[in-house]
Amino acid sequence: MSDAPLKTTPLTEAHRGAGARMVPFAGYEMPVQYAEGVLKEHLWTRAHCGLFDVSHMGPAFLRLNRRSGDRKADHAAVCALLEPLVCGDLRGLKRGQQRYTLLLGERGGIVDDLMVGRPAADGRQGELQIVVNAGTKEDDFARIASAAGDAAELVRADDRGLIAVQGPEAEAVTAPIFPEAATLSFMTLCSAAFEGAPVEISRSGYTGEDGFEILVPAAKARALWERLLGDPRCRPIGLGARDSLRLEAGLPLYGHDLDETISPVEASLEFALSKRRRESGDFPGAARALGELAGRLDRRRVGLRVLEGAPAREGAEIVDQSGAIVGAVTSGGFSPTLSAPIAMGYVPPALAEPGARLGVVVRGKRQAAEVVAMPFVPHRYRRKPAKEES
Amino acid sequence: MRFTKDHEWVDAIGDVATMGITAYAAEQLGDVVFVELPDVGKEVKAGDAFAVVESVKAASDVYAPVSGQVVEVNGALPDSPETVNAVPEAGGWFAKVKLANPAELDALMDRAAYEQFLSTL
Repeated sequence: MSDAPLKTTPLTEAHRGAGARMVPFAGYEMPVQYAEGVLKEHLWTRAHCGLFDVSHMGPAFLRLNRRSGDRKADHAAVCALLEPLVCGDLRGLKRGQQRYTLLLGERGGIVDDLMVGRPAADGRQGELQIVVNAGTKEDDFARIASAAGDAAELVRADDRGLIAVQGPEAEAVTAPIFPEAATLSFMTLCSAAFEGAPVEISRSGYTGEDGFEILVPAAKARALWERLLGDPRCRPIGLGARDSLRLEAGLPLYGHDLDETISPVEASLEFALSKRRRESGDFPGAARALGELAGRLDRRRVGLRVLEGAPAREGAEIVDQSGAIVGAVTSGGFSPTLSAPIAMGYVPPALAEPGARLGVVVRGKRQAAEVVAMPFVPHRYRRKPAKEES
Repeated sequence: MRFTKDHEWVDAIGDVATMGITAYAAEQLGDVVFVELPDVGKEVKAGDAFAVVESVKAASDVYAPVSGQVVEVNGALPDSPETVNAVPEAGGWFAKVKLANPAELDALMDRAAYEQFLSTL
């Protein structure tokens, strides 16, 4: 661990003033909880609207240095720089659309998971908006900048504020400030202004709820945070509840559920292997991933309901009915929504179907567990209405 | 009632001592969602982890303030772990032990000393 002083975000003072308990996280001093505590913050987000400081993460823009002015060609050109590092179809992004994708290593393991968006504005074609994880951002940015070479510039935006507004009342809280946010559907983005400053808004998040992530210049971050909290439906939520919310939503956490040894198929993230990229097989570790899709798979990320006893946390062994160790828990805890322990972990494919009876070992005791489909708590994203079939 | 630096309390009546975690500990842990208690009959030594208390985010050991044999555990806690937050120094008790060495109590802090200790944290 480094002895470097912890970094702060544009909102650190606001958290201290609100009585947050601050902890070191990915090199930053971050609020793990506020006065109400993790359980109430979690349930508040599911019922109303939670506000999260995620300014420690890694937003950036990848901008083509020489644009042709042909919007489609410029978009294809910037995608051609980033696509060799990831398994997603970036070229196929529509204007104002965002996609979840994975940075992959040469052996097909996951180096990070990230969001990539294509700005909507005419003047910003040939540019991608990227958000990577806090703990991996230095390596990710170096990797992306190297791939871009002289053709594009990676402009970091992690000095700005990044605020997530999450929950069933997120739109009601956000729309009075940003009317354009209400027009977004899940995984789309737009630009807007707050007190004259440019902000980027995407309809996305890490809780399974509807909501927005708003990138705002540092000088305006505190004012936006306070403005959002001026709505009584909105309360600040710490990293503790952020973790329990994403666990219930079945969303993996990099460094825990995902790492550079784990492939997208093992991680049950094959949806991130875009069709075009599968067909062309032109992403890192494609041979491995395609072989795994064809059935040559050793392990699979699954959801577990722990049917008795204590929560099974990261590192707990997963055993089969004979007691043999078959895997390990990578994230686990108590689900406030279900009032029961839940976990994610890796098991052999033969034991990965919902209904499979397994055990978890907590403090030397074997407890019954069952594989269940994820998410544990249904997603409530505001998707664009599907076109009616004619 | 006596206290440890690990924020457990012990209250002895005759040779039976009731043990639990302090209000400060309960506040620091946050909402308790699971409690693991020792088996009745188990011999515990002062300083041993004799119970586990879990919040949404973490599991924490609870250390025995004194040595003895467990004679009773709080059967309400498995179904109502929130009792630990509501009344940590009363109805949220964990276990009762038959004291092996009552003199161990003398080494622990009284209320005034514990509150003084808390003020230094």
